[in-house]
Amino acid sequence: MLDINNEHLRELENEAIFVMREVAAQFENKVLLFSGGKDSIVLVHLARKAFWPSKIPFTLMHIDTGHNFEETLKFRDDLAKEFGADLIVRYVQDSIDRGRVKEEQGINASRNKAQSVTLLDAVEELRLDVAIGGGRRDEEKARAKERFFSHRNEFGQWDPKNQRPELWNIFNGKKHQGEHFRVFPISNWTELDVWQYILTENIKLPDLYYTHRRKIFSRNGTYLAWAPFMQLKPNEEVFEADVRCRTIGDITCTGVTLSKAQSLEEIIAEIAATRVTERGGRYDDKRSEAAMEDRKKEGYF
Amino acid sequence: MTINGKSKNKSLLRFTTAGSVDDGKSTLIGRLLYDSKSIFEDQMEHIVQSGKRLGREELDLSLLTDGLRAEREQGITIDVAYRYFATPARKFIIADTPGHIQYTRNMVTGASTADLAVILIDARKGVLEQTLRHSYIASLLDIRHIIFCINKMDMVNWSESVFTDIKTELSALVKKLKIEDPHYIPISAKYGDNVVDNSENMKWYSGKTFLHLIETIEIRKNKNPLHQRFPVQTIIRPHTSEFHDYRGYAGRVAGGVFRPGDEVTVLPSLRKSKISSIDMFGKTISESIGGDSVAISLEDQIDISRGDMLAGSNDLPVISQDINLMICWFNELPMKVGGKYLIRMNSNEAGCIVKSVGYRMNIDTLEHDYENLVVNMNDLAYISIKTSKPVFFDPYKENNITGSMIFIDEGTNETVAAGMVV
Repeated sequence: MLDINNEHLRELENEAIFVMREVAAQFENKVLLFSGGKDSIVLVHLARKAFWPSKIPFTLMHIDTGHNFEETLKFRDDLAKEFGADLIVRYVQDSIDRGRVKEEQGINASRNKAQSVTLLDAVEELRLDVAIGGGRRDEEKARAKERFFSHRNEFGQWDPKNQRPELWNIFNGKKHQGEHFRVFPISNWTELDVWQYILTENIKLPDLYYTHRRKIFSRNGTYLAWAPFMQLKPNEEVFEADVRCRTIGDITCTGVTLSKAQSLEEIIAEIAATRVTERGGRYDDKRSEAAMEDRKKEGYF
Repeated sequence: MTINGKSKNKSLLRFTTAGSVDDGKSTLIGRLLYDSKSIFEDQMEHIVQSGKRLGREELDLSLLTDGLRAEREQGITIDVAYRYFATPARKFIIADTPGHIQYTRNMVTGASTADLAVILIDARKGVLEQTLRHSYIASLLDIRHIIFCINKMDMVNWSESVFTDIKTELSALVKKLKIEDPHYIPISAKYGDNVVDNSENMKWYSGKTFLHLIETIEIRKNKNPLHQRFPVQTIIRPHTSEFHDYRGYAGRVAGGVFRPGDEVTVLPSLRKSKISSIDMFGKTISESIGGDSVAISLEDQIDISRGDMLAGSNDLPVISQDINLMICWFNELPMKVGGKYLIRMNSNEAGCIVKSVGYRMNIDTLEHDYENLVVNMNDLAYISIKTSKPVFFDPYKENNITGSMIFIDEGTNETVAAGMVV
């Protein structure tokens, strides 16, 4: 059996539940950004715990790029149904059709960046004043600077150099008309914490996280899942392998890892031994030095 | 599964490090992350590439914590950065804060959630003004454990007498500031001496290495079981047929131990009732302690809303409209005496008016300034306020949660100050 330190998970859980309850108390139109990935699944679990025996007081919202794994979408719908949660889906394709955003072209084309536009449109359309996300500070260097309660101006932009200080456990969610907040209850969790929590709480995950046979190809040292809409370079070859996803996002930018891990215990052992970060396989972060910071300023998750 | 806080030693330790670019703080953190295998290959590759791009000759581990574009370009730390690492003994959260005087507010922010503070001292320079500043802020924020790392011992020939002299000087400071649990370690962050492994060069030092100390240090928390504090965040009312009459007061225990059957007094109404149950996701809990996020139900139907507090009837907090407190001012516009602000303490909110400034703290000399009473950004000051309604609180030194507050400017909604009840 793995040596899992449950006590620190309890503290992280207590903190996350506290933050969730602050969101419920301080905001009106609330969504929980649900991608079908493990972090947002953990968020839903925490929300259930925070408000039991009431239903989750947040609407689940998914920004669908149209390039998602089918398994993710099914999982998303089943989960919303099981917990009686409201689900709203907004499509990047609609933003493209309306001319709000231009589809990227070429080999590395991705709709990752376009999601921000769709998300901000949804914020405006639904008059949202808060969106809860599964971002963690250990993920990426710009995220290490993120607050639990992160202010967005009326253009949905993040100003990392002028953030509200956060002291003790006091969160200031005050804002003007048209502004909104992004809230990250699991800011202090690491990737390993998330997996250990999933194991101790017995949380159900999409099969993609476990080993499965899939068509993949290699690009710049990252394995990507193949899908019909992916353009291949001449030297790239599609082959089958036993893989699992370490993160789940849009297919175009989610790297897969070669793995035979069938259980949560095996996954945890694999992650504890790995020497590459979770987002090391994320193509979207590799675009430039400050790719994440730039996208976040524009309104990304 | 152990319940949070039951064991003697916390398994999650939050510490803050304050220091400037050249005192070796980044090197120390980098070494901890590196030696605990918390720096990954892609991060390492990234640091190497960034360093090359910025023309740095040596591997610059500060690029790991300085995440914003402006920080990397200018080689400065603007903001608090949070870092995570774990050893088999413990998990650690580091709040890494810049140490220059103009960043006092960041130091206060980082210290507000820390159990322990690490203060670096350059062995060649000894105790400097910034050492006083960092130590004072740690004591002000009631951090009881401070580790003074006397760094760059390699530059003073690993001299025991240099270390002893600095330690003597620090001991006087520690006494003055009433720091409960000080520790002193001679290290070389650059070469790793006494960071993870015992130093071959300083056999005269027989204490723990830095890592061993932070892995084993016992964190003292206020454990008085009778000091019961439970600020109510929100009310859980399911309105379903199964839980038709359920009414749970959701919150996080801010002090003491709560058990079903305990008599509690509701603030501000001062009505009394008994706890009928404490719930956590379908499980009824026999006791809940500091830090637990739970829902408490009472035997009687009492009007309770967000901002109210449940407290042990034998040990009530202070209820008053007049508060004296130490504040750290965060905003570019100076504090207005006679000005109105919103305060938030836990989940409670009230208007307040600043009545007077007693003194400003000169944190480079640790002396009170009674002459110049204009409170500017990064200033620490002793002030008196009057609130728009009676509020309930404890002295900060008795309870960091019920004794702390933030000030909000109602025009801009910005957090303009942090306050600690004296």
